[in-house]
Amino acid sequence: MDTFLQQLVNGLTAGSVYAIVALGYTMVYGIIQLINFAHGEVVMIGAMVAFSVIGALAGSGLPPIAVLFIATLCAIPACIAVGYAMERLAYRPLRRAPRLAPLITAIGVSIVLQHLALLVWTRNVLAYPQIVATKNYALFGATITNVQLGIIAVCVAMMAGLAMLVYRTRLGIAMRATAQNQQVAALMGIDVNRVIAATFVIGAALAAVAGVLYSTYYGVAQYTMGSLLGLKAFSAAVLGGIGNVPGAMLGGLLLGLVEALGAGYIGDFTDLCAYPWIGEALGERCANGGQFILAGSEYQDVFAFIVLILVLVFRPSGLLGERVGDRA
Amino acid sequence: MNNHKAAWTLAAAALALAGCGEEKPAPKAQAKAEAPAAPAPAPTIEIKIASVAPLTVKTPHLGKDNENGVRLALDEANASGIKIDGKDAKFVLVSEDDQGDPKVGTTVAQKLVDAKVNGIVGHLNSGVTIPASVIYNQAGIPMITGSATNPEVTERGFKVTFRTVGRDDQQGPAIASYLAANTKPKVVAIVDDATAYGAGIANEVEKTLKAANVKVLPREKGTDSTTDWKAILTKLRGRKPDAVFYGGMDQTGGPLLKQGRELGLKAVFAFGDGACTDEMSKLAGPAAEGLLCSQAGIPPQAADKKFLDAYKKKFNTDPILYSPFTYDGANLLIAAMKKANSADPAKYLPELQKISYQGATGKIEFDDKGDRKDAEMTIFTMKDGKITPLAIVKSGKTTAYDDFVKAAAPAAPATAAPAAPAPEAKKDEPKKEEPKK
Repeated sequence: MDTFLQQLVNGLTAGSVYAIVALGYTMVYGIIQLINFAHGEVVMIGAMVAFSVIGALAGSGLPPIAVLFIATLCAIPACIAVGYAMERLAYRPLRRAPRLAPLITAIGVSIVLQHLALLVWTRNVLAYPQIVATKNYALFGATITNVQLGIIAVCVAMMAGLAMLVYRTRLGIAMRATAQNQQVAALMGIDVNRVIAATFVIGAALAAVAGVLYSTYYGVAQYTMGSLLGLKAFSAAVLGGIGNVPGAMLGGLLLGLVEALGAGYIGDFTDLCAYPWIGEALGERCANGGQFILAGSEYQDVFAFIVLILVLVFRPSGLLGERVGDRA
Repeated sequence: MNNHKAAWTLAAAALALAGCGEEKPAPKAQAKAEAPAAPAPAPTIEIKIASVAPLTVKTPHLGKDNENGVRLALDEANASGIKIDGKDAKFVLVSEDDQGDPKVGTTVAQKLVDAKVNGIVGHLNSGVTIPASVIYNQAGIPMITGSATNPEVTERGFKVTFRTVGRDDQQGPAIASYLAANTKPKVVAIVDDATAYGAGIANEVEKTLKAANVKVLPREKGTDSTTDWKAILTKLRGRKPDAVFYGGMDQTGGPLLKQGRELGLKAVFAFGDGACTDEMSKLAGPAAEGLLCSQAGIPPQAADKKFLDAYKKKFNTDPILYSPFTYDGANLLIAAMKKANSADPAKYLPELQKISYQGATGKIEFDDKGDRKDAEMTIFTMKDGKITPLAIVKSGKTTAYDDFVKAAAPAAPATAAPAAPAPEAKKDEPKKEEPKK
């Protein structure tokens, strides 16, 4: 039981990071129907900028939380600059182009950002400074660390803040109007270009925080880290219904849980010895608590994509999505 | 959503292309018989020696370390003015990036064969060395690996495949029996990264532990780029192992160790040579203290003092792991060429097979398979952020590290000299290597 609970805690932590990355995908898609495949790289840039800042402040004697806070405050404007530049230079000129064109551009941007990061931060796996001393708390037999609590709290706060922004502010109204119909929104006096740029900027700021949290949690960062994380977050966005803000949050959390539980239990479920008659047929292989596992925990990263495929097959509009899948 | 799928295929293709794009300009093949009219510029012969290791992804720090070893050997050879076949030999380093990937490894191997290199030092990873060595074997070009420890590398009867390090069926039993004898675990969990190296050494450890009547939990596997080990570790925690062995590299082993401690796992962690570097203390932080690990050779700091000083001077850093072995690998190729008085692989190969060479890592002779005779294994522990040698295992016999250094002292004073003064300076810590700033 405590193992199960621990997997839930692990899944929830990873899932809340996926959720705020997924928000970046879903907001951009909701407003201009573009899958911004370079979003994972923005997360990576956020992690890397924070890495450099933490390194620079390491000897300054500031408390670790303050260092992390300053690092995040530096990463956010850096990511905002990248996000804005990306929209202005790579996507806006192509807004009237066929839909495939900006998609290819997005992949190009992603490769460019990766290689820029390679030049600046080298190709090495960077050991993320462990400035926050880990404290373990017991929770009904499971262990939760202060870092995990912090990650979940920050992510929940950011999701709440974003929901407020989208549903309660003028900018949010403008964003939703632009998402529904750009031309009509423009006729109503909304500066569509500004709203779209704002969407990218908000997504990039979320990505910066996600990057810092992710790297602090796992303790490593590398210039390639954005691609797999981005793909998983994209799967989460599709799972929740791409273009739908609450959907991305739900999708991210669910994906985190599916991954943790999947990796934790796939070995048990694919252990042929656990099934009575197959076990007997295998005889010696299963004697004395032996196991015959078809697929083990090395398939952890596959779950995100199994989920993606299942959603696309059975519910293309995602869990909370209302739109029919003709947009992309 | 068809567009996305098409786009992803394109992206994959683009990435693959980008990966292949990093070509080093191949050195020009000089005409061997250059007009020997003028007496002053003696005729030169250009000898290409390749270094192959992952330089961009996975473990680039170890890849660079291996390459540095080769580079140093070639530079020294060039400076010493070696003559082969009456001509001034000019050794040229051809460095290639195999990305730690078996598929890229074979492509790179073919490229080296096509470029007619005279000898190869590499690859770093066993999983890459095994398929690549098939290509070198067909071309008849000698290959010496200074770091691939999987037994399979030399088990296929290839005449041109050599290694200057020990094998995992020596290393695995060494670390496993040390673990069994010193921590006395009842239950051990074994995790590997599903590569030829990781799974190979994990199998050897499992065999030895089972023979010592230690209960081994069913194997758990990650990949060579896993960063999230929490699911596996949580599962293991429920089964309460006394020790965890991981077969894999440091960049995945670091997060594994850190996350294990975060989950409150109290077991002793033991790692193979891929994760036996000082880098572990950075990757895992304070959690790294007390980990046990092994290397398939003597520790880099116990290598020849001349090598250590030259390395430090040239690269302004200390050797990380296997550069003394790639350095010896390159020197062995050069020594064999000198003896045969030819850089032609077919001509110097017999010399390489029967060579007896005093290298930076001690005396090197090869057996019939191309393995190093009487290779040493070292057991380390992480102490104050540095891996510190505990014991040396040679031909099944365990010697405390200090005794090994003492025993080596009269036989080869040059080798032992750098190791001897350090322990006296720090009495209670048998720390060997304090990088002089």
